[in-house]
Amino acid sequence: MTLTLILEQAFNGLQAGVTLFLVAAGLTLILGIMDVVFLAHGAQVMIGAYAAAAIAAATGNFYIGLLLAVPVTFASGYLLEFLLIRHLYRRDHMDQVLATFGLILFFNELIRIGFGPAALYSDLPPSLSGFVEILPGTPYPVYRLGVILVGLACAIAIHMFVSRTRIGAMVRAGANNPEMTAALGINIKILFRFIFATGACFAGVAGMMLGPITAVQPGMGEPHLILSLVVIIIGGIGSVRGAFIAAIIVGLVDTLGRVFLPAMLRLVVDQATADGAGPAVASMLVYILMAVVLIFRPTGLFPAKG
Amino acid sequence: MKKVFMIAAMATAVAMAPANAETVKIGYMTTLSGGAGIIGKQMQNAVELALEHKGGKLGGMDAEVIFVDDQRKPDVAKQLANRLVKSDRVDVVAGVIWSNLLMAIHKPVTRADTLLISSNAGPSPIAGEECHENFFSMSWQNDQTPEAMGKYMQDAGIKSVYLMAPNYQAGKDMLSGFKRYYTGEIAGEVYTKLGQSDFQAELSALRAVAPETTMVFQPGGMGINFVKQWKQAGMDGVSKLYQVFTVDGVSLPALKETALGILGTQSWSPDLDNDINKKFVADYKAKFGGYPSFYAAQAYDTIMAVDHAITTSGSKDTDKMRAALAKGNIPTTRGVLKMNSNHFPIQNFYLRDTVLDADGVVTSKVLSTVFTDHADSYAASCKF
Repeated sequence: MTLTLILEQAFNGLQAGVTLFLVAAGLTLILGIMDVVFLAHGAQVMIGAYAAAAIAAATGNFYIGLLLAVPVTFASGYLLEFLLIRHLYRRDHMDQVLATFGLILFFNELIRIGFGPAALYSDLPPSLSGFVEILPGTPYPVYRLGVILVGLACAIAIHMFVSRTRIGAMVRAGANNPEMTAALGINIKILFRFIFATGACFAGVAGMMLGPITAVQPGMGEPHLILSLVVIIIGGIGSVRGAFIAAIIVGLVDTLGRVFLPAMLRLVVDQATADGAGPAVASMLVYILMAVVLIFRPTGLFPAKG
Repeated sequence: MKKVFMIAAMATAVAMAPANAETVKIGYMTTLSGGAGIIGKQMQNAVELALEHKGGKLGGMDAEVIFVDDQRKPDVAKQLANRLVKSDRVDVVAGVIWSNLLMAIHKPVTRADTLLISSNAGPSPIAGEECHENFFSMSWQNDQTPEAMGKYMQDAGIKSVYLMAPNYQAGKDMLSGFKRYYTGEIAGEVYTKLGQSDFQAELSALRAVAPETTMVFQPGGMGINFVKQWKQAGMDGVSKLYQVFTVDGVSLPALKETALGILGTQSWSPDLDNDINKKFVADYKAKFGGYPSFYAAQAYDTIMAVDHAITTSGSKDTDKMRAALAKGNIPTTRGVLKMNSNHFPIQNFYLRDTVLDADGVVTSKVLSTVFTDHADSYAASCKF
């Protein structure tokens, strides 16, 4: 186990973390600011991936697929808020869970009707299939470096937007005290719709970037939803900064734990036990982390509300 | 007026009765919803094609197939099996993709004196100590396919191999089956999370070890993820990839050229040279617009087995069909199948390559025969 391997794995963890952040950023705003338990966020990941793959297949150009997938996911988020979510604001959390859980089933079935149950073909164009030597003797796929860069760029953009712009100030005010914000003459309804669509759009970007490296199939977004819920609980609900730091932590813990824990266990116990227990414990690590954070910081690492 | 209807209804019922006795009912269980829905869809296609080829009759009797969706859940499978046996009163329960689901319905079906024919799952308990005379497999015992991979790699003089499989029972069975025939060095043995979508970290670790070869079992969507990422990470320059149940007719449409040249083992292949298989593959492609997977072939063979059982015994009676099937000699897409004493087939296993066909479509092709008439390792402990 060399230093370069640990550094390479840290890169892998970072890449997993920024992808996770893109999903969690929207979710933390929807939960924290709009106070809606929205479980169908994984469907936005799926919509992004399908839009990119389908458009790329239709036009024969990978980049057009990427570009057009962004407005498609924004539009789907906008429509969804307008048609359904806005009616849920006054309902209690249980109703929201039921309605948005139903949405998961609805979107999966819709995709299956539209595209069939089989996974869609999607792969990288030759221009993105190369390698970069990140460390001597360690070639790293260009595309994955690109994912890290796009993720970081999105994180910076969201941060600048929330902390430096007028609309960002409204978002922060809305997170702190929605009634008072509305009383000050800010159109909360429009603000919410905009936040929701933007959140959906970032999840779509995550899906669009995941498309070429994973299977584009119905239900592909659900595993990301569960991990991003862990992220926003660790980061503090409603906090974008918290979501970013927590996503990186979760990405690193999950990746490094998965790779190094079984090897470390092998030093302590015999091979068969280590092979059995290692992966099991590694897959629990992020949840253990969440439990520990909840014990010491019940509102998360960076709570949005003071 | 009412009376007339009653009498008419009774007369119809009486007239229908002999026809009913000549109808064979099959309850076909597979997964039609969720991420694995594509597998079930292919199996359903194949069953319908088999019935079409037989003119809607099996062994001369009218055939009725009831498809049920197990949703990949053992409790749902158990409920459906009970319904098929008790209220639909089917003569045969067939299908079942997943080993844990087959374990759940094995006793309820076989003990109700109904035949149970697996189109895919082949867990070791059912082949060994917990076997039942009413169960038949038209696929294989789980260990056999990786055994063939192990045998091939051993015979090819490969010095070391890195193993990777999901962390669940079938994953462990697959690797232990592989190791039964491969005695070279194991450079690493990694169990990944079931349903994992990103393998980049595992691939980085593998690159650091740089083993001569790598053998993986990553079924379904995991296989699509794994193979894509393997190629994207440039792993072909590091290690040579071999697989079981990872590159197949279900994942190939999503992988296309990415999967070219990846070797695996299987007991069936679209290019197997026999009349039943040629007709099956050609008609499946014509009707459904793509190559069938091995799941589809085994589903087709399941219906062929029922047809064979009724034809040779002249009856849909459980005892008679069982006796007919136990003799083997069943015409299938894999040639004429022999049956072992535990009612699992004795069959050939082939090394398959992933190639382009004459039309430029990616498919599998047999390179060589690894095992001829291979029996599973559990038959000795099966006593009916």
